[in-house]
Amino acid sequence: MSSEAAIEYEVAQGRAKAFYPRFERKDELQHQTHYCPGCGHGIVHKMLARAIDELGIQDRTILVGPVGCSVFTYYYFEVGNVQAAHGRAPAVATAMKRSRPQSVVVAYQGDGDLSAIGSAEILHTANRGENITVIFVNNAIYSMTGGQAAPTTLLGQKSTTTPDGRSAATEGYPLHMSELLATLEAPVYIERVALGDNKQIAQAGKAIRRAVQNQVRGLGFSLIEVLSPCPTIWKMSAVDAQRWVREVMEKTFPLGVLRDRTKDAAPKALPPAAPALEEIPRILGVAEQDLPAGNAHAMEPGRDVDLEVRIAGFGGQGVLLLGEVLAEAGLDAGLEVSWLPSYGPEMRSGTSNCHVRLSSRPIDSPLVAAPGILVAMNEPSLRKFDHSVRAGGWVIYNGEAFPEDCVRQDLHVLAAPFTQLADELGDARASNMIMLGALLEIAGALPGASVDAALRRLVKNSRWVELDLRALERGRALLKHSFPEVIG
Amino acid sequence: MTEATKHDRGQLRIDRDECKGCGLCIEACPPKAIRLSEGLNHYGYRTAEYAGAGCTACGICFMACPEPGAITVLRVIVHRAVGVAAEGISCASN
Repeated sequence: MSSEAAIEYEVAQGRAKAFYPRFERKDELQHQTHYCPGCGHGIVHKMLARAIDELGIQDRTILVGPVGCSVFTYYYFEVGNVQAAHGRAPAVATAMKRSRPQSVVVAYQGDGDLSAIGSAEILHTANRGENITVIFVNNAIYSMTGGQAAPTTLLGQKSTTTPDGRSAATEGYPLHMSELLATLEAPVYIERVALGDNKQIAQAGKAIRRAVQNQVRGLGFSLIEVLSPCPTIWKMSAVDAQRWVREVMEKTFPLGVLRDRTKDAAPKALPPAAPALEEIPRILGVAEQDLPAGNAHAMEPGRDVDLEVRIAGFGGQGVLLLGEVLAEAGLDAGLEVSWLPSYGPEMRSGTSNCHVRLSSRPIDSPLVAAPGILVAMNEPSLRKFDHSVRAGGWVIYNGEAFPEDCVRQDLHVLAAPFTQLADELGDARASNMIMLGALLEIAGALPGASVDAALRRLVKNSRWVELDLRALERGRALLKHSFPEVIG
Repeated sequence: MTEATKHDRGQLRIDRDECKGCGLCIEACPPKAIRLSEGLNHYGYRTAEYAGAGCTACGICFMACPEPGAITVLRVIVHRAVGVAAEGISCASN
């Protein structure tokens, strides 16, 4: 020892700076990883950490962790961390990269995560050529959940779900994700490496570094598949598991470069960065200055409003817009409002209806089971909902006359050919606004200015605003004419 | 330092508490300078330990080890001709 004391040493290989000095995990185990002895994840982690150190990108790296054994990447890497839902790491990484183009985004996934539940995400992310790096650790089995077969499980390999070994006849063939992705046009670099021996480990380290560097250079999508040992689930010693990677796994998953356009790829222009959070209200048109000042058109104080309206018709008649204008006007007037649309998959025709509530008090439920006012824009809607209107309520019906077999004695009814009336005004499509005009007159609750403001917010085209304002007026006049006693 | 008192080029520092005793470093070490300890560590693992001689500071054990900091490879700083020192560095980074 005394002779060695005179010798000076420097660190040739040591813990990477990209790792936290201590891991924020349970109890006294903060100085070691949660991985089993001999697990390949630790080795891949070290390669990635070293690449981050060497490229000097620790302060702009975002690591997207998966579900699986490597779920805790955020315990270890002192970089930005996001933990994605099962299989969704490439989708989350896409969002991170696009909103923060200067970041270096690495999706880290296992084979269950990437090739089974996440097969769609990785396929489309690769096909879009997102400028991210994907580390795909393949150990041919679901390890964290105890050894079920994965898409990558080898033929004949036993697992808890293939106790007699995987059979091509019943479980299909091992899925070659890297080969599959290499058929796509966009990826820049795809290589399969392994942790089977020293030489393979050295090559894996280089490949991972290059995959990260490609992103730093802005070249596009890079993916490294790492054949990795799982001694625990494979029920082998660490050394035997390493040998199994080299001698067995590699036969099914041959190593090598499957795609390399690193030399030819030109750096892509960075997409514009996402707007700052403070700017988003302005972009959406909901910034303070875009909103009506306070309750500019507030209801007179003390007025109690509790309006429950159901509007129904066929898709395309403007059922939902009618409800929206009503609700928006209520909002403008300082009321509590809810608007709940209900429609089928058809964009035109089909049935469509919405529930609207306006109230001076907080609304318990947006559902309107027993409306005070029903707007029925066609006969099927009338027949469907007229029985639900509460006694003493109103029905506004788009038709020459009320069908005789559904006249209830306890309702007020305004039946008129609203479509023709609208046609006379200039466009049959304004019939919804004539009906709204009548409805507003019946409700008598909302300031006209609120309705105007709501209409201008929801209808962008000035020609339509003008027509709709005339339609509203027509509806109000029709109601006053038909039911002079209602007014006042 | 003279030819007569030639030392190993490297030295290993192994964190006995971080090591889980998987044995991959022992398998990986080209000069076979690492062995499994006789005794157990705090967690009950037999851990890797430096055999005491033969390390070339090649760093291969470090990359074979799954733990971030269980192994630290030290390299002797050579105060002789620059050319020799440069050779030493390139060898260790292989």
